[in-house]
Amino acid sequence: MTGFFTLLYKELLRFWKVSFQTIVAPMVSPLLYLLIFYHVLEAHVEVYPGVAYPTFLIPGLVMMAAIQNAFANSSSSVIQSKISGNLVFILLSPLTYHEIFIAYILAAIARGLLVGLGVYLVALIFFEMPLQSPFWVLLFVVLGSAILGALGLIAGIWADKFDQLAAFQNFIILPLTFLSGVFYTIHSLPAGWQILSHLNPFFYMIDGFRYGFFGVSDISPYISLSIVAICLVAISYLTIWMLRTGYKLRH
Amino acid sequence: MLPAIAVKQICKRYGNVQALTDIDLEIQQGEFFALLGPNGAGKTTLISIIAGLTLANSGSVKVMGYDVTSDYRHARLNLGVVPQELVFDPFFTVREILHIQSGYYGIKGNAHWIDEIIERLDLSDKAGANMRALSGGMKRRVLVAQALVHKPPVIILDEPTAGVDVELRQTLWEFVRQLNRDGHTVVLTTHYLEEAEAMCNRVAMLKAGKIIALDQMQNLIGKMAGNNSLRLRLLPDQLPAELQPLEINRIGGMYELRIDDYTQLESILSLLRSAQIQVLEMQLQQPDLEDVFVNLMQNDEN
Repeated sequence: MTGFFTLLYKELLRFWKVSFQTIVAPMVSPLLYLLIFYHVLEAHVEVYPGVAYPTFLIPGLVMMAAIQNAFANSSSSVIQSKISGNLVFILLSPLTYHEIFIAYILAAIARGLLVGLGVYLVALIFFEMPLQSPFWVLLFVVLGSAILGALGLIAGIWADKFDQLAAFQNFIILPLTFLSGVFYTIHSLPAGWQILSHLNPFFYMIDGFRYGFFGVSDISPYISLSIVAICLVAISYLTIWMLRTGYKLRH
Repeated sequence: MLPAIAVKQICKRYGNVQALTDIDLEIQQGEFFALLGPNGAGKTTLISIIAGLTLANSGSVKVMGYDVTSDYRHARLNLGVVPQELVFDPFFTVREILHIQSGYYGIKGNAHWIDEIIERLDLSDKAGANMRALSGGMKRRVLVAQALVHKPPVIILDEPTAGVDVELRQTLWEFVRQLNRDGHTVVLTTHYLEEAEAMCNRVAMLKAGKIIALDQMQNLIGKMAGNNSLRLRLLPDQLPAELQPLEINRIGGMYELRIDDYTQLESILSLLRSAQIQVLEMQLQQPDLEDVFVNLMQNDEN
């Protein structure tokens, strides 16, 4: 287990050493979104009965911050080590594929939670937020960060260059996040878009996460939990398979 | 005794390029082994396969009896590799890197050994410095230190002295020699053939993905023994008729004579004396690893 804990420690230290850039800076854009949308939309929307728009928006932004940073952590760690070549020290070591996988995912979750918590705490200064069930909140943010951490590993392993990673982020992660209901409830969408939204696994992470705050959601949190858990298992299998076969890592 | 490294029938292709063909190689424990060959011969590919960094298309490799793919954990615990590229993690200091590297191998509380390798590789001044701040030579030392944190019985150095100054080269070789004396098996690739000749007891030469020579160093050089030669500057500048059949070359005013063994020297000198020819300068040319290398690389046309 020492090997696993060392890799986890190294991955945590890696972002912690540059925490201004990896934790504080990523809190800025979600908070700017909050500021802007609050001013533009405050008067117009009441999403759920008694839930004003900014209150509705905050969990979405917290979740967005958490999962984007979980993705950023594992993907940037892998691609930096791959391009600078120091991934060789992990590849030469007797660490098992599962140990490598879990260490990277836990570090991604840790960074996701820290950034998410930061956004949440700043938002709490300005807005009152209900918190119906911390359990659901924590469960969904951990699972969501784990999924994005694994996607980050996949993207980092797959990409040969930084621009390929940016493409993965801009063409896959960003649309899936923005179209998952971060900023709106999908009930406000036309029927066709609603169906499409249901095909987006990110929708279930955010909907379940929001349920923890309001006790209300677009669909049952149990369904969301099942779908998110299935996604996590499937993506984890894929990632471990990539590590085991040495896809793009061991030529 | 169990071989330190056993390579069996390894083949490796990259697309249409056959990088390695049917490599068979056994390196015994305690050997100081040189893997030589021109650029692109497949040395690094072979090392990468032994280290598990590259997967072979067919064949098997065992390190200290452990298969490098099916039993990779044990194989890697027994192996330390110094990669050819100067790679480093810019987030950490030298000491941090070494502690992290020990941890990967499951070793806790390795401070004593880490201090020792830091000292023996002359890294003490830089132990607290970030990797980014280190010169190329210092980074190379850290790479060596990283390969040794888990005291592996088998050590592979892939061109450890490429682009390294004379002083570090000497420190490094002294250290590696000591490790070999302490019982570590050492495998190295280098382009400096005199280094390999001075230190290694056995050699494999690779060319275009095949082993074209595999022998004890002295046997390999011994096979070239017929290529001994003697260079003479004479006064007057003429070769007695009896010696003319031995002449193979004239270089810079010197006669180069082929000699098959050293007993000929005596008769050559007495012939010169009786012809009243003075020897102004004399050089004995012995084949070295470089001659063997050049000879093999040129002659072997398969």
